[in-house]
Amino acid sequence: MSAVAGTDALHWLTASEARTLLDKKELSAVELTQAHLARIESLDPSLNCHISTFPDRSLAQARAADERIGRGESAGLTGIPISLKDVLVTTGTQTTAGSQILKGYESPYDATVVQRLHAQDAVFVGKSNTDEFAMGSSTENSSYGVTRNPWNLDRVPGGSSGGPAAAVAAGEAMLSLGSDTGGSIRQPAGFCGIVGLKPTYGRVSRLGLIAFGSSLDQIGPFARSVEDAALILEAIAGHDPRDSTSAPMPSPDICSHLTGDLAGVRIGVAEEYAVDGMEPGVETAVATAVESLKDAGAIIKQVSLPHTRYALPTYYITAPAEASANLARFDGVKYGLSIDGGSLREMYEQTRGQGFGPEVKRRIMLGTYALSSGYYDAYYVKAQKVRTLLKQDFDAAFADVDVIVAPTSPTVAFPIGARLDDPYQMYLADVFTIPANMAGIPGVSVPCGFADGLPVGLQFLGKAFDEATLLSVAHAYERSQPWWRMHPELGNEI
Amino acid sequence: MELTLDEVRHVAALARLGLTDAEQELMRDQLSSILGHINALNELDTESIPPTASVAALQNVWRDDTVQSSLPREQVLMNAPRQNEGCFEVDTPLGGEESSS
Repeated sequence: MSAVAGTDALHWLTASEARTLLDKKELSAVELTQAHLARIESLDPSLNCHISTFPDRSLAQARAADERIGRGESAGLTGIPISLKDVLVTTGTQTTAGSQILKGYESPYDATVVQRLHAQDAVFVGKSNTDEFAMGSSTENSSYGVTRNPWNLDRVPGGSSGGPAAAVAAGEAMLSLGSDTGGSIRQPAGFCGIVGLKPTYGRVSRLGLIAFGSSLDQIGPFARSVEDAALILEAIAGHDPRDSTSAPMPSPDICSHLTGDLAGVRIGVAEEYAVDGMEPGVETAVATAVESLKDAGAIIKQVSLPHTRYALPTYYITAPAEASANLARFDGVKYGLSIDGGSLREMYEQTRGQGFGPEVKRRIMLGTYALSSGYYDAYYVKAQKVRTLLKQDFDAAFADVDVIVAPTSPTVAFPIGARLDDPYQMYLADVFTIPANMAGIPGVSVPCGFADGLPVGLQFLGKAFDEATLLSVAHAYERSQPWWRMHPELGNEI
Repeated sequence: MELTLDEVRHVAALARLGLTDAEQELMRDQLSSILGHINALNELDTESIPPTASVAALQNVWRDDTVQSSLPREQVLMNAPRQNEGCFEVDTPLGGEESSS
């Protein structure tokens, strides 16, 4: 699969470019939406980015957007086609979380992020594929089939937000929202050659995000440029009284901070972000990116994050423990699959045994074990203590630097099926993204080149609630390079 | 760290998770392997380190105790597998064979 440079095709526009054309009436939201719906229709039979689409509703939203633009009242995302990861509850269509247990489930309310996009008259083009309950690194754990990587259909798109990532990379959506508990936005963004942002924990309301690991989960965007990611972050961020962990601060002003200037910015490089099994092509692309940051005037400094190698085992106690509690709600009583077992207890066990897939069962078991009597201190409390050390590592590093740069993943997108038999090998795909979730800090992946014809992701990590600096650096790097304008050649170019 | 099948069954019972015999055996092997990796944490002396449950710098988030609207009952029940007279319906929870396995 070869890369093609940007064309004038509507489905390769950035949201910022589309905004200008829409507001000048050189393009209508209906035309823009039709272009993306046509892309979904022609490509999704092979890519499988979406679990649900609703074209009539999408076009009705586009017409409402055109009316609003006609009144001269457009907001940043009015008329922009957006895909939503199917863990964000949405009225009027099913929300499955990639699971059989929620097949056909219709939420009685919209997630806060969905409400906020709707308030701007954004257009929803579909609900996109995910590993079941966002547990996975490849989208292979979805009950609705694997999503294929638009750069190579035999490769995974990453995960868990593989559907929303591949949708933006393939021109099926201009923007999308995913969720990131241990790297589920940044890793698929890297694998698919686009921008993926995990905001600071608390920056975006989690109300209506089907919970996985509540102290780790954060909603964030996929985009074709850092500027677009900033645009949608501004729309969804800000305090929500219905999520008591959302930070009591207004949505940040980020777009006006994207100066493109790196002079004097202190960027940290950590030696701990190199592991066995790291692909040479990834190492080379990242090293080249660091050189180009230096050439652009940034000050590169060595920093130490000594506990990095303990982040993965810490995560695989903390996240499953929280998941085992969160997923207790899927009991066949209030919604979803329910299998009559003769007694209440049998009903619980049958429903959960048949409704959950293998990875979800594995994590429920691991989490229940870590929280069980006799093991709670040895596992759960131990992990919480190591989490303190991981956070202290970042606090110390950020005393010396403004952002940290690292690979997003040790490898490029791996072949479908390659890691399914060894859960821990699959978990290693997130080794560089998990620390940010443990510390609650923001991180963004931007494309930094190719290895073996597949995109490589460069990760920037920032200080808590300083997405402005983080995205300013990422934007400056992006615009100094050709990569963000590269698209997969999928045929069917409309 | 080797789990036994009895431990697997005990944890599955705590989680109300029905597992087939084959799943129990696979779970024993895979969880034992994953716990082996996790035991790397024991290399760290954390005796004097305080635990972190959440990184949100928030404590005791209060709101005024005011009456607010809630979802209409029919919307709350619209996905219910079984309902009866405006309530979720389940089999009787008492008198069943609540085993401690």
